[in-house]
Amino acid sequence: MNALPGPLNDNPRLDLWVSFAETGKVVVNTGRVELGQGVLTAMAQIASDELDVDMASVMVRSGVTDNMPNEGYTAGSQSIQMGGQAMAQACADVRALFLEQAAKAIGCNANELTVRGGKFLRNGALSGQDYWTLNGAVDLAVNATGRGQRKAIGERAHIGRNDARTDLPGKLFGEPVFIHDMRLAGMKHARVVRQPNKDATIGAIDEAAIRRAAKGDIAFVRSGDFLAIVGDDEPAVERAGAAAVNHVTWTNVEMPTPLQQEANWLVQRPVIDCLLGSPEPSDAQGRERFEATYSRGYLAHASISPSCGLAEYRDGHLTVWTHCQGVFPLRGALARMLKLDAKAITVHHVQGSGCYGHNGADDATADAAVIAMQMPGTPIRIRWRREEEFVHEPKSPAMLVKVRALLDADGKPSDWTAEIWSGNHNGRPGGGNALLAGYALPDQEPFPQANDVPEAAGGGATRNADPLYDIADKRIIHHMVTETPVRVSALRGLGAMPNVFALECAIDELAGRAGVDPVAYRLSITSDPRARAVIEKVAVMSNWQANASGGAGRGRGIAFSRYKNRAAYAAIIVDLEVDEEIRLHRIWCATDGGLIVNPDGAINQLEGGVIQSASWVLKEQVRLDGGTASFDWETYPVLKFSEVPMIDIVLINPTNSDVPLGVGEATAGPTAAAIGNAVSHALGIRLRDLPLTRERIMAALLQE
Amino acid sequence: MAKTFDFTVNGKPITVTLDNEETPLLDVLRNELGLMGTRFGCGLEQCGCCMALIDGQPEKCCAKPVWSAAGKSITTVEGLGTPALPHPLQQAFLDEQAGQCGYCLSGILISAKALLAKNPSPTRAEIALALDGNICRCGSHNRILRAVEKAAAVMRGIHP
Ligand code: FES
Ligand code: FES
Repeated sequence: MNALPGPLNDNPRLDLWVSFAETGKVVVNTGRVELGQGVLTAMAQIASDELDVDMASVMVRSGVTDNMPNEGYTAGSQSIQMGGQAMAQACADVRALFLEQAAKAIGCNANELTVRGGKFLRNGALSGQDYWTLNGAVDLAVNATGRGQRKAIGERAHIGRNDARTDLPGKLFGEPVFIHDMRLAGMKHARVVRQPNKDATIGAIDEAAIRRAAKGDIAFVRSGDFLAIVGDDEPAVERAGAAAVNHVTWTNVEMPTPLQQEANWLVQRPVIDCLLGSPEPSDAQGRERFEATYSRGYLAHASISPSCGLAEYRDGHLTVWTHCQGVFPLRGALARMLKLDAKAITVHHVQGSGCYGHNGADDATADAAVIAMQMPGTPIRIRWRREEEFVHEPKSPAMLVKVRALLDADGKPSDWTAEIWSGNHNGRPGGGNALLAGYALPDQEPFPQANDVPEAAGGGATRNADPLYDIADKRIIHHMVTETPVRVSALRGLGAMPNVFALECAIDELAGRAGVDPVAYRLSITSDPRARAVIEKVAVMSNWQANASGGAGRGRGIAFSRYKNRAAYAAIIVDLEVDEEIRLHRIWCATDGGLIVNPDGAINQLEGGVIQSASWVLKEQVRLDGGTASFDWETYPVLKFSEVPMIDIVLINPTNSDVPLGVGEATAGPTAAAIGNAVSHALGIRLRDLPLTRERIMAALLQE
Repeated sequence: MAKTFDFTVNGKPITVTLDNEETPLLDVLRNELGLMGTRFGCGLEQCGCCMALIDGQPEKCCAKPVWSAAGKSITTVEGLGTPALPHPLQQAFLDEQAGQCGYCLSGILISAKALLAKNPSPTRAEIALALDGNICRCGSHNRILRAVEKAAAVMRGIHP
């Protein structure tokens, strides 16, 4: 008997996970949703192995608030690590119950039976029984026990194999697979005239000017400071939405300045403090001291498509369609905002474009719901405008990280402090926060002070601030800044990217002081064998030459982290060239993600993380200037095809394990730091503030 | 005031009647013709999600008024191939599992098709440059580049 994986423990009824209602088909339910990461394919692989059924017979249902395990959010690289393990155990338990029943029906011992393609074989011969003949006799309305034997290494047919993604064909043949493509009978299109910030109130509305700009029939829907435009013709509604920005006046508008876009603005702001670990020693006891400050600005998720949501309120029931990451938390937040019973709301997940965290998806759905409640019987479709997504999606908080270390006689750290200033990384509606519309609606209950992601869940701003290296005394001083100039929430890896950037750049600086090669230095303070293995592997992959001199604008850098100090291990080496700008030549990555259900899918995720992080580091920062001045792809550029380097990724022992470690966010931190280290290697000067833009590089070169 | 516009879409003659001749071609494809494969990403001609071939040229349709396409021949991603008879590009993208969320892929397939029509054996750098007008936020770039290279090789084999 195994302890139940968390999500199965929370949702123990087996009929929530598996059913055999239609002959020849198995329906499995996962609370995880497809975000382009291939999770539904991986779930089908797991179910097919643990039930011994053909993959083609497995239908994966996902993301609806009816008859579905509540697994919270699809986030934090936990879909396989937690959700996949839960699915596997649920299926194994179901298989065990059916084996018992089959033995009874056949009149034999369960250990004479095996399962192939959903059919029960007795000593290798067909018994005439299968899941579907036995379905009536097996009661799945029982709790999981963990008694079902999981497939051992070597018995797996699909887990560990590169099964093709089930969602990809529809996307390549132009099928209407995205929420943006949904059309409901009688549906109206809508756009919101966005409240510029949470305390702003509507002054005057020039309805006539907006109607003129629409060049088509539109209607207004208003509740408090929530104002929307609704109509049958999407282009007319879009034109009206765009024009309304100039024809509605607001009071209490905040005007953020460029100073506020920088991480160092956070210091001296009101904070909630927290110390994790022992207090910092006041006396260095003769040890050499190292101190450096690293920072990163606000980042946008910048999903390729603006958010979209649909809603219909009919006969006292609200149905919404969303591409958010958590249908149950969204249902709770909608119930609270709309003062409805959660039972009167059904939330369906439909795929959107990649989100990488908490983007505008929940808010767009909420917008549609607010309008639908005012227009019972009429389905409403909202699609945010591009500018609206950039300006109003929650941003990843800017972070300032001060690293202080005390060094022993060999130049190795024996005491480590990471002092962090950051806004909250948990602005999700499920965390008790407002949906955007909620700030504009009348009669809303006040929201409690938001809390960052708890340490037990990997922390938010503190994520990966604790080095995995052998350091005797370590601590994190966390200053959570309570008011930020832009709304903030979760983006891929949360604080891991800035923290790993700070920590791994600091380690390189310490290696340089000690006169030791950066790879050798890391290995000299690493005893975790899996950490050593990825560092050694990536050094071999890239033909790392110890103590190779950089300069002349060419450089090479390494960085390592274990995501959340408990998920996948990743080590990255970057080759690049810098003159005024950085050109990435090649990136190598070695990852130990434990058991990998779909190696090609994992590599796809790891590579996506590398490229996205490279984009963050080279280009990305949300600009503030009287408002959010990053509002389209020209004011918020991202990495282009011609700027993406060659990337080699190797998975260590991907099928030789029983325990998966989340991989989706593992490369973001080490990629950032490896680029930082390579730039320093190339230029002989250290840049500690992200992004590493042309202006910053030029300024640093001029200072030399 | 309704006006009528004729064009060819994926080989079929189409007539649409619209009140507003400034309606973007993308809205006509999606909302009038129900061809959802051409995606909306920005409406600003910046991201490439909305690309279709217009008389063989890869064009962004999100800000292109419908009148400007009248009389022309339009190919959307739906016109490239079908699951039963995929275009070599679509097959290569499947083989390489090129894509994550897939929202960018329609526009990328169109850009790539136009490139291969002009240059049947592009280098990787030439492919990358041709796709610089298409944003992929998920980081599927290298798979996409591999897939286009592969499709080019297959197409050279088919039409030597
Ligand atoms: S939607 Fe047309 S270029 Fe972005
Ligand atoms: S695959 Fe998501 S944007 Fe390209």
